[in-house]
Amino acid sequence: MALLEPGVQGERDVAGQTLVTLIVADQLCGVPVMSVRDILGEQPITRIPLAPPEIAGSLNLRGRIVTAIDLRRRLGVLPASGGAPRMSVVTEQGGDLYALLVDQVREVMTPPESSFEDNPPTLPPAWAEFCNGIYRLQNRLMVVLDIGRILTLSPEG
Amino acid sequence: MDDLLVEFLTETNENLAELDVALVKLEREPDDGATLSQIFRLVHTIKGTCGFLGLPRLEQLAHAAENVLGRVRDGVLVVTPGLISTVLAAIDQIKFIVTSLGVAGLEPEGTDTALIARLAVVSEGEASVPSGVAPALASVLVGAAEGVSPAPILKPAGHEMASVEGSGSNQTIRVGVDVLEDLMTLVSELVLTRNQILQLARNHESAAFSVPLQRLSHITTDLQEGVMKTRMQPIGNAWAKLPRLVRDLTMELDKRIELVMHGAETELDRQVLELVKDPLTHMVRNSADHGLEPAAERRAAGKGEIGHIFLNAYHEGGHIVIEVRDDGRGLPVEKIRAKAVAKGLATEVELSGMTESQILRFIFRAGFSTAAAVTAVSGRGVGMDVVKTNVERIGGTIELESTVGKGTTFIIKIPLTLAIVSALIVEAGGERFAIPQLSVVELVRAGMKAVDAQDDGEPIVQLIDQTPVLRLRNRLLPLINLNTLLHLGPDRTNDTDARRFIVVAQVGASLLGIVVDRVFDTEEIVVKPVAPIMRHVTMFSGNTILGDGSVIMILDTNGIARATGIAGTAEARRASEAAVLARTTVHERTAILLFRAGGSAPKGVPLGLVARLEEIETAAIEGMTGEEVTQYRGRLMPIVAMSGTLDLGKPRQSVLVFADAERRLAHDRCMGLVVDEIIDVVEDVVNIQLGAERRGILGRAVIAEKATEIIDTSYWLTQAFADWFDSTGRIGSTVGSRLLAVDDSAFFRQLLEPSLVAAGYQVTSVGSAAAALALAETGARFDAIVSDIEMPDMDGIAFVSRLRSSSCWSTLPVIALTGLATPTQVEAGRAAGFTDYVRKFEREALLASLRQCLAVPTENRLLA
Repeated sequence: MALLEPGVQGERDVAGQTLVTLIVADQLCGVPVMSVRDILGEQPITRIPLAPPEIAGSLNLRGRIVTAIDLRRRLGVLPASGGAPRMSVVTEQGGDLYALLVDQVREVMTPPESSFEDNPPTLPPAWAEFCNGIYRLQNRLMVVLDIGRILTLSPEG
Repeated sequence: MDDLLVEFLTETNENLAELDVALVKLEREPDDGATLSQIFRLVHTIKGTCGFLGLPRLEQLAHAAENVLGRVRDGVLVVTPGLISTVLAAIDQIKFIVTSLGVAGLEPEGTDTALIARLAVVSEGEASVPSGVAPALASVLVGAAEGVSPAPILKPAGHEMASVEGSGSNQTIRVGVDVLEDLMTLVSELVLTRNQILQLARNHESAAFSVPLQRLSHITTDLQEGVMKTRMQPIGNAWAKLPRLVRDLTMELDKRIELVMHGAETELDRQVLELVKDPLTHMVRNSADHGLEPAAERRAAGKGEIGHIFLNAYHEGGHIVIEVRDDGRGLPVEKIRAKAVAKGLATEVELSGMTESQILRFIFRAGFSTAAAVTAVSGRGVGMDVVKTNVERIGGTIELESTVGKGTTFIIKIPLTLAIVSALIVEAGGERFAIPQLSVVELVRAGMKAVDAQDDGEPIVQLIDQTPVLRLRNRLLPLINLNTLLHLGPDRTNDTDARRFIVVAQVGASLLGIVVDRVFDTEEIVVKPVAPIMRHVTMFSGNTILGDGSVIMILDTNGIARATGIAGTAEARRASEAAVLARTTVHERTAILLFRAGGSAPKGVPLGLVARLEEIETAAIEGMTGEEVTQYRGRLMPIVAMSGTLDLGKPRQSVLVFADAERRLAHDRCMGLVVDEIIDVVEDVVNIQLGAERRGILGRAVIAEKATEIIDTSYWLTQAFADWFDSTGRIGSTVGSRLLAVDDSAFFRQLLEPSLVAAGYQVTSVGSAAAALALAETGARFDAIVSDIEMPDMDGIAFVSRLRSSSCWSTLPVIALTGLATPTQVEAGRAAGFTDYVRKFEREALLASLRQCLAVPTENRLLA
């Protein structure tokens, strides 16, 4: 069961967007600022038994229940080493709220269009699936994440 | 003013406002099908509601307008300004009537003949109102044509009308559900914040704050309740129109129909309520139209002339269940099968592999209608497929059961998406979970015990090849460990030392035990649906936010039962029933006194029946042959020789003394039964074989590996006392029925049980009303109860009233046994709920009464 329509092709044309930057497993990533509802610090998260491994649990955001997705697991990278506080980027899809657990949330930026590149073909499949392109920043690369695709979880995990 | 009318006015005013806009839009874009459908629907709704409310003038007008629109929709007529003007004129007139209704509560005097005629002309395609005539002018024209009407028909929507509307519409306002939803979220947040502040205040004792804080706390609670209340409505609101609908259908269809509604107070979410309203109305209409037969047909089928439609709503395990049942003809499987083939929905081959219930489900397919002719009542092409779609849209399911000749039942199950439930909070594997209180039967604490431990009635966990089961009183419950089920941690149920918390939950007809680590409090929770990604996990019915702000999952006991195969399926029910049955038919070992009397075969009598064994000197026996007596403990005791005559040659006689001294009501009877020789006392399971060939013998049983004749004590008692009835005869038709005998006297139980067993019943006997009620709680099943009246603690009258008021045995026949019954006592007994009265020791009368009670099928008893 697909929860959400996969990102429309047009969304790949992300150049010139304002992005919230975040860090997952030392990689700088960006998500469109318009799709972010909230940024939260470390939150108490309730485990959901029998949920797919990507689902970290659920949390309470001002009386609404938010499903937390572990972005590290979703991207297939190793879990964070021991208890470092994690931040959440809250986004809304189809009337439900989701929190993406990330290592850090950084500044909001609008990188120049000229620095945008398509995905390099050698990108690992787990990343290629959720990646909408790359920005060449001054000293590092920023991966643009497709939130729609990240939230398209099938129950079988 | 009538509530229905107020509601109608609010709704119609809204519809009318919408209609104005839509009609004007249609005039501009005559080909806009969506707008046309919207207009048609609005007018249709007004017409339909008028019909139910008995507003003939409005109905006629709306009907005429609907006809015009219907023909436009069918493509017969094209939209012209003239046509729109005429329809608008009709709408204006409807507004006028509605306004008058709002003021006076009655339709205004006068008729709309001319306007209706005009609409009829338009609908015939001869609309001749010149194009370009303004609606108002057309209205005036119509009004003028009407001429004869005394009152001005048209009061064009002026200030006057607006003011009337203004005064009439402030009773209720409609608020968007999302506004309420937001309010709810804010209130939840407020509650949490309040709790935090209260916590802080406790740590910093400050008198200045405590009073306003208290007030804030109360207001918050009231606010929370108020907001909750805005969302919840009794389902009766959706049913309010149904009695009227059924009444009208009764007239239209010329059938006699009675609508029986239960559980109207069951609350459900407003949003859900709105969505089930139409499907329910449709189903009731269907039942009346298709399900129930005309009176003549019912008479021919041997049913009462009046057909019934039952509506029943109740909460069940996180769901609201709504049943729509009729006692009509049932669904015609063959017709549905034929239709499915005719419609190309399935092939004969596919159908041959389907069960009856699968075939019945074809009625939920689009375009399927079982009625040979679509009647006016069944509306314009809305079928069960729409009902199913609507129910499924809110996450519900619809089931149907049908028996030809008996009726059809639809069962709609809707999740309590936003309903408030009370839940028990438990912990397993370090996580907390909520179990809806409705499905929790009890909480027990039990641990493993050595297998040979004494059964002291404490609930204990025992193993059947590593599978733990719970022995609770006299039931065996399957155990599910929440840790294991949810992969939270190791299962420690089998630890011998640990006493575990077990939540006993009811799933359908079966019980199961859920092993948890800890049990907290109960809390009122607001059920929220789980994220879509988790919907495949059937163990959860939702999640919720607790008072302390944490999110927890709500366990669905039905889902757990399904996932673990305990499911409340028919098979499981039957199995549990069989298990209960098996338990109740297992006889306790009974001490039997073996003796010899007249013949070589040993004879036996339950030792409990025998008061004493005596050796009496033959010389002490006086009286004539057959009526011997002896002085025994200061009174005369009749002596009966089992072999017929006393062997006067023996110096002493072995006598079994039967006494009823322990009974307060009896006047201390006792008798002596003379036997040849007393052999032994053994303990064995007495399994009496039917068919004794001699009087005084109940039947044979194998005791101590020897065929033994069990004597019919009651027969011998009657030999001693003339007023004790002769007891012969056997019964056949109700053999195998399960009886429960309740009597505080062990003597009487011992007397009763063998004679009933011999008559072919399976008998369980208990010594007090309390024990019987405890048995009822365990779900043991019986077909009838035989109870003593005079018992200590709880007497028979109290016992039967308890059974009748609340118990799964409330419909069982209960026969009272009594020593002496005056007509007043009998009357009191019957009033309390006894089915019949039988005098003690009148075995034949008891058997006859049992036969009679058991011959009546349960259903009839229920109705009686």
